[in-house]
Amino acid sequence: MSVIGAYATMGLRELLAKASPPRSGDTLAGLAAASEEERVRAQMALADVPLSRFLNECVVPYEQDEITRLIIDGHDKKAFAAIAGFSVGEFRDWLLTDEVTTATLTELACGITPEMAAAVSKLMGIQDLILVASKCSVTTSFRNTIGLPGTLSVRLQPNHPTDDLRGIAASTLDGLCYGCGDAVIGINPATDNVENISRLLQMLDDLIERYRIPTQSCVLTHVTTTMEAMKKGAPVDLCFQSIAGTEKANASFGVNLGLLQEAHEATLALGRGTLGNNVMYFETGQGSALSANGHSGVDQQTLEARAYAVARKFKPLLVNTVVGFIGPEYLYNGKQIIRAGLEDHFCGKLLGVPMGVDVCYTNHAEADQDDMDVLLTLLGNAGCNFIMGVPGADDIMLNYQSTSFHDAAYIRKLLGLTPAPEFQTWLESMSIHDNQGRLLPVSSKNRLLDIKGEVSR
Amino acid sequence: MTENNRFVYTPDPWSGLQKFTDARIGLGRCGSSLPLKQRLEFKLAQARARDAVHQPANLEEIAVQLNKRAYSSLQLGSSVRDREEYLRRPDKGRCLSGESQKILEVQKKGYDLSIVICDGLSAPAIHQSASGVAGGLLDLFRKTPLTVAPTSLVKNGRVAIGDEIGSALGAQMTVVLIGERPGLSSPNSLGAYLTYGPKPGTTDEARNCVSNIRPGGMAVEEAVRKISYLIEKALQQRQTGIELKDTMAEDYLPMAGLLDS
Repeated sequence: MSVIGAYATMGLRELLAKASPPRSGDTLAGLAAASEEERVRAQMALADVPLSRFLNECVVPYEQDEITRLIIDGHDKKAFAAIAGFSVGEFRDWLLTDEVTTATLTELACGITPEMAAAVSKLMGIQDLILVASKCSVTTSFRNTIGLPGTLSVRLQPNHPTDDLRGIAASTLDGLCYGCGDAVIGINPATDNVENISRLLQMLDDLIERYRIPTQSCVLTHVTTTMEAMKKGAPVDLCFQSIAGTEKANASFGVNLGLLQEAHEATLALGRGTLGNNVMYFETGQGSALSANGHSGVDQQTLEARAYAVARKFKPLLVNTVVGFIGPEYLYNGKQIIRAGLEDHFCGKLLGVPMGVDVCYTNHAEADQDDMDVLLTLLGNAGCNFIMGVPGADDIMLNYQSTSFHDAAYIRKLLGLTPAPEFQTWLESMSIHDNQGRLLPVSSKNRLLDIKGEVSR
Repeated sequence: MTENNRFVYTPDPWSGLQKFTDARIGLGRCGSSLPLKQRLEFKLAQARARDAVHQPANLEEIAVQLNKRAYSSLQLGSSVRDREEYLRRPDKGRCLSGESQKILEVQKKGYDLSIVICDGLSAPAIHQSASGVAGGLLDLFRKTPLTVAPTSLVKNGRVAIGDEIGSALGAQMTVVLIGERPGLSSPNSLGAYLTYGPKPGTTDEARNCVSNIRPGGMAVEEAVRKISYLIEKALQQRQTGIELKDTMAEDYLPMAGLLDS
């Protein structure tokens, strides 16, 4: 059989894996192309695959996986009609034309499956991923509006290794004074017990109430723990969960679609949003399925896109790919992390998900702050909905480096981006930003510094 | 601050709050960017954390410390060849080497508990906290009817290697103490992973975790109390994982229910 013939008969799952740009996780799983030439040949073959084939050939069997069933049963054939005649390659070329506008992409989102999005991303260069993503617009709201053109929001992440309330308050004040916290004020707790979770939720709720901050809080624990806290009357704004792209991987996280549905309904029932009802916060990341032994022979980037189908079902406020958190066995170095971050953002946006990125790395990966500066700058240009804000880029609880409050100020200044409009108005009223969204020097008499007195007491 | 800096540096009037957290708050700014002094301090911390990943843990010394308290241990290794392979191949870090499997084969089988200490990603965490936590737990168990396997000390191991060890020793449950990925302010964090009914292929939802055990984080004594609480509850419920919720009372007395009368 000729070389071309071999690719023509190759299953989609294998073709997608071999066409995937290099990353250590696919090599670890034994799925990557064996040579550079094989990778490009696979990309050439993938370019010729009709998009319609993705509806008839599932990368994870329909019978075995509830996420495949969600993707296939929920596919919007009417929206798909606009691209039904394209191959993957033609789809890529078309997306780059000026004929494709924000409105086109918004209408199309439900007609695209995660596998189609992953496939087209594999044929794209960095500039393609940025240009097309920048045309997508996904807006969500709870107490403010996230994802509007010209805005960039920030999750304020005031983690503390012992969940000390004073330490958390100190970091929160720091972030607010740098204009951060409009996406969410979200704590990763060090200890996962219901009492502790409720205590943290109460503290954030008091803070938001007292200073009338137009934002939302979240304590990032398992959905079952959050639901238990809700039952005990804790003030839950957003319900958090880590999700992945296969039923098996989600099972290893202790969730399934039914449980997520239950959590979604329980959170909606609290009715705490003032502007909108997007109440879920999901986190994802390439490699999580393999890490949980649930990859089913599918490459990690395709599986990541499938996680967005799970997210999309529950109309989340925020979806965050924690791109470099998982470690070098999945994304080895800065180059792999940068490309993966842009792919995730692109695929999420194309599928209509409110995508943010935790621009980050661990100390056992071959990466440093320069790599993060590059990814942050590219994502700012791609129209990323939100990034993380961690004091000095150093998360002292989770032991990794993310973006700092200073980084957020940098990218907003460079690209003329502002926070969510309601939050910007609040920052002006607190004399933290001027009306152009620039940082003002914070006076020692600023009312927000009352937090300082309470912490010190 | 030099005279020149006074004009370019915008201080943060809440920098006094630094005493309440190790987080890098109140750093001030130049324009909106990080001042150079803070940038270089960050780079130094990252350089140290990177070095911690590659430093080998002295597991022989841990064996000596446990032996002083009359606890026996076994020196084991994963099937990883070297440190670089350890970072790239977690699958190999989850499996014992052939030699280590043979060591376990000749051990007595059937215990309530097995403690495993793995170097993981931080040698400093192992050196500072591992024998304290393991010894503290063993001191508690000694007062109960629980049977405990010799402590396994594993080079280049991942959390899941405890499943193979626990299963080989016929242990009802394992506690894996492992060096966590080093952070800038905490290159020395120890994690404890508890698994009931350990067997190869166990996934993370079936475990409970206590993290950030280190000076300045969770103290050794508190970690021992928390872990023994989780062990006691796991043995009662016959499971670990998301079904085992941590509702430890403030006045919890470790192993009170199991103490020999």
